[in-house]
Parts: sequence; C-alpha cells; structure tokens
Amino acid sequence: MANGSRWGRFRASEAASGYALVSPTAIYAILLLATPMATILIYSVMTSAGGGVTLPFTLSNYQEVWGGRIYQAVMIRSLWISTAVTATTVLLAYPVAYYVSFHVAPSRKSLWLFLITIPFWTSYVIRVALWRVILGYEGVVDSALLGTGLAAEPLNILANGPLAIVITLAHAYAPFAILPIFVSLEKVDRALLEAGQDLGESRWTTFLRVTLPLSMPGVLAAVLIVFIPTVGDYITPELIGGGRTPMIANLIESEMLRQRDQAVGSAIAVTVMLIVGVISAVFLLLNRRFIGGAK
Amino acid sequence: MRAPGLRAYAVIYLVFLYAPIILLPIFAFNDSRVVAFPLQSFTTGWFRQMAADQVLQTAVGNSLIIAFSTATFATILGLFAARASVRYAWPGKVPVMGLIMVPLVLPEMIVAVALLTVLLSMGVSLSIFTIILGHVLICTPFAVTILSSAFQSLDRSLEEAAYDLGETPASTFRLIILPLVMPGVIASFLICFTISIDEFIMSNFLGSGEPILSVYIFGNFRFPARVPSMMALGTVLVAVSITLLIIAEYFRRRGVARSGAKDTGGFL
Repeated sequence: MANGSRWGRFRASEAASGYALVSPTAIYAILLLATPMATILIYSVMTSAGGGVTLPFTLSNYQEVWGGRIYQAVMIRSLWISTAVTATTVLLAYPVAYYVSFHVAPSRKSLWLFLITIPFWTSYVIRVALWRVILGYEGVVDSALLGTGLAAEPLNILANGPLAIVITLAHAYAPFAILPIFVSLEKVDRALLEAGQDLGESRWTTFLRVTLPLSMPGVLAAVLIVFIPTVGDYITPELIGGGRTPMIANLIESEMLRQRDQAVGSAIAVTVMLIVGVISAVFLLLNRRFIGGAK
Repeated sequence: MRAPGLRAYAVIYLVFLYAPIILLPIFAFNDSRVVAFPLQSFTTGWFRQMAADQVLQTAVGNSLIIAFSTATFATILGLFAARASVRYAWPGKVPVMGLIMVPLVLPEMIVAVALLTVLLSMGVSLSIFTIILGHVLICTPFAVTILSSAFQSLDRSLEEAAYDLGETPASTFRLIILPLVMPGVIASFLICFTISIDEFIMSNFLGSGEPILSVYIFGNFRFPARVPSMMALGTVLVAVSITLLIIAEYFRRRGVARSGAKDTGGFL
C-alpha cells in the first residue's frame, strides 16, 4: 500500500480528527507543564552554582533534603498538619453529605449543594485572611467571648499555629470533602438499607455495615482532594502561621527564591511529588479494593 | 425521613461555612480601626478609603486584564480538548487528557516554581503575560471538565442530520454544536474568570511586582491599620463573585434543560 494513501486514510480517520482537535491544548500542556516538570527533575540531580545549576550529576541534593534536620522537620510538620486537616475536614463533612443525600428532598438537593459551594467561590486569600482576623489576639472570637463573659482572658488561638491552620483549612476545603462523599452516597442503593433493616439490623448497624462501606470510594476521594492541595498550601502558613509555622511550599519558596539554590529547591519539589504520588497510589489501591468488594 | 439532630448539625455547619463571609460587611461598615466586638457606629469611610487607593485601582485593572485573557484562552483550549475527548476515539487519549488535567492534582506551588524556573532559564522577563500563562494552565482543567459535560449531553444525531443536509464540519460546529454548548462556554468563562481573579500563587511568583488584586490583598492584610478597608474590598469582591456565580449557574441549568438532561447538581 502506498504511503500517500495510508496518510490520506489516517487524515480522514477519527483518530486524526481527535489529534488535530486536542493538539493546541496538548501542546500548551507539554510546553508549560511537562517541560517545567522535567526540568525540575533534571535540576534536582545537578550541582547548584551561583543561582543556577551545573554538571556534574549528583544525588547530594537528595541527601541534603532527606537527611537535613530542618528539611525533615518542615516536611514532617507539613504532612502532620495536612493529615490533621484532612481527618478533621472529612469527619466534619461526612454527616453533612449524609444529611443532604438521605434526608433532603430530591428537589432541594441542588439548592443545598449550591449553598455549600458558594463560599468556595469567594476569594481564597480573603477567606484565609479572615480567619487571621477572627482567631487573632483580641480578634473577633476573643472579643466576643470576653464581651459575653464566656472567657476570662483572650484565647489567642492564632498563637497556636497548627490549630489555627487546621481550623482555617478545614473551612477552606469543606466543599471538596462534601461533594465526593455526597456523590458516592447518592449511588447507594436504598433497597439495600431496607433489606438490612428487614433482616433485623438497627439503623446504626445498617449504616456501619452497608452505607459506610459503600460510601468509602467517596471518602477516599475526599481524603485525596483535601490532602494534596493542603500539603502544598502557601498562603495559610504565611498568613495564619505568621511565618512561624512554615510548610513545604514556604520551604520551596525560601530555597528557590531567597537562597537561590535551584538544585536543592528542585529536590524538595520532587520529594513532595513523590510523597504525594505514593500516598495517592495507596489510596487509589484502597479505593480499588472497596470497589472490588462492592461487586 | 426526619433526622432533627443531623439537620441541626448541617445548619450549624453551614453557619461555620458562611461565618467569615458574613463578617465582611459587618466590619466593612463598622467605624473602628480594630476588627473586634463590640461594634461601633456605622460608617462608609472604609469604602471611601478603598475607592481612593491608587494602587488598588491599578491592581484591579491588571487583574481584570489577566482574568479576561485567562478565561478566554482557557475556554478556547478547553473547547478543543473537551470536543476531542468526548466526540472522537484516538489512541493515547488517557495519558494526553491526564497531562492536561494534572494541575488539578499537583500542589500549585510546585507547578508555579517549575514554570518560573523554565521561564527564567529561557530569559523570559516576568510580566502580566507570564501570569496569564500560569493561570491558563490551572484554569484549563476546569474548562475541560465543564465543557466535557456540555458536549456529553449533546445529541450526536443532530450533528449527523446537519451533515446529511449538506453542512461542512466547520459550519456544523458553528451553526449547530456551538449554540448548543454555549451555556457551557459561558459557565466555563465565568468560572475561569473567578479562579483567575482569586488565584494567588502564580500571580505572586510569576509576576514582576506589578500590583495584582490577590497579591495586594495578601500584602495589606498583614498591616492591622489596613484591615478595615480590606474588609470593605472583600465585601465588594464577594458580592461580585456571588453575582457571577449565580449567572454561571443560571446558564448551566439552562444548558442542562435545553439538552433535555436531568439536573444532577452544581459545579464540580
């Protein structure tokens, strides 16, 4: 078969239309996303020199990042805070998702979801900064508690960096946790619940043995959706932690832009991607197990 | 089914979600330099102080330019990718679409510093343009998601009918497909616009120090004396976002109704 007609047939095929259509977006993503990621990967195994990188290739950046006490401390703190935020957000969100899915009339579900997502669409910087005003020394919470006599002295929650960060982020990521859980609860076959109760289970045991396992894919999705961005959050540690509770993003900033050590900065970024990747993979595997178990 | 305990919890949760936003107008009109109870007398002075701020005006101008360009480009790129992904089968769809959607699941800080490193090493000087490049990258996945659902609810026989009646692929797209997915296009534009206005990390790290709205707000909240006028600015922004959101939701629902599908809830 001649090359020309094969090319002609390819051009008329469905695949060619698909490639032609997707190419502008794909090229954009390759140039501005894949290339920078590859660059970071290469920089992380090069030697840092005067604000740039040079040969030879080395693994010493990773030794420095994985072995250095400050790096370890910041990374462990970030993971610890993100875990606390994720657990708090998901635990607080589950009952709301359950309520909307099981106890709200179908015609009003959209309204509830809309109400839940509205705060999410208002400026993230403003929402985070507002918690600084609310939780700060003699701020809104303190002045309200002192004024009503519920507290004798200012609580100054803001001084407790990790606690303030957990409150702020549990608020900021609430819709991200509610929506996936809600979606998985909507898929629960209501006949199974009746069957459970007909077979003598109480409401509570039906929930534990039927509803909860069936909604686990949504819970795991919520965990990932909250965990990934909170690990990399930059604004909250700056505004709420007052720079005294730096997390990974702040570490990357100080390494890349203040110390101008692109090699070590890249190694930190790659390490974070590895950690996030491993955690995501574990959760996706767990999710597969639950989906498998549901069959 | 009634569950008074759960209902009370859900309502309290909503109050928690809205509490910070409700504080905005309360303290924006409160005549005190300190954001704390008890409230003082009513004032519009913080709004006047905000309106007189030259830097803020520049920042708003810059942010509008960025958001308008970002929303336009991201929606166009989203249209291409969503159409290719929904309508056509092609080998390698999963990895290519995965790459396009990856900014949704990567910490934004990493995307930003990676982009910054490449731009600086290529000698590109930072400007509003580089911020737009970054914003388009993170808005495109949202555009693809919204537009994919618009294309999915499209009846393919309409397109085939147009071909049978002698339309070309281009004219079919313009006359049949685009009008049908228009509500999705508008929703995508508005969502990308909102994301871009709010976005901080790219605006902070990919800019060259021109005032940008989110960066300006971030900087000003650090000075207690500036906080009340920031509350006024926040009030205006929240009002604008909610208005845009309601318009976007209206178009989304109209799109769902037009294609005859069942409404399955809000965005995301």
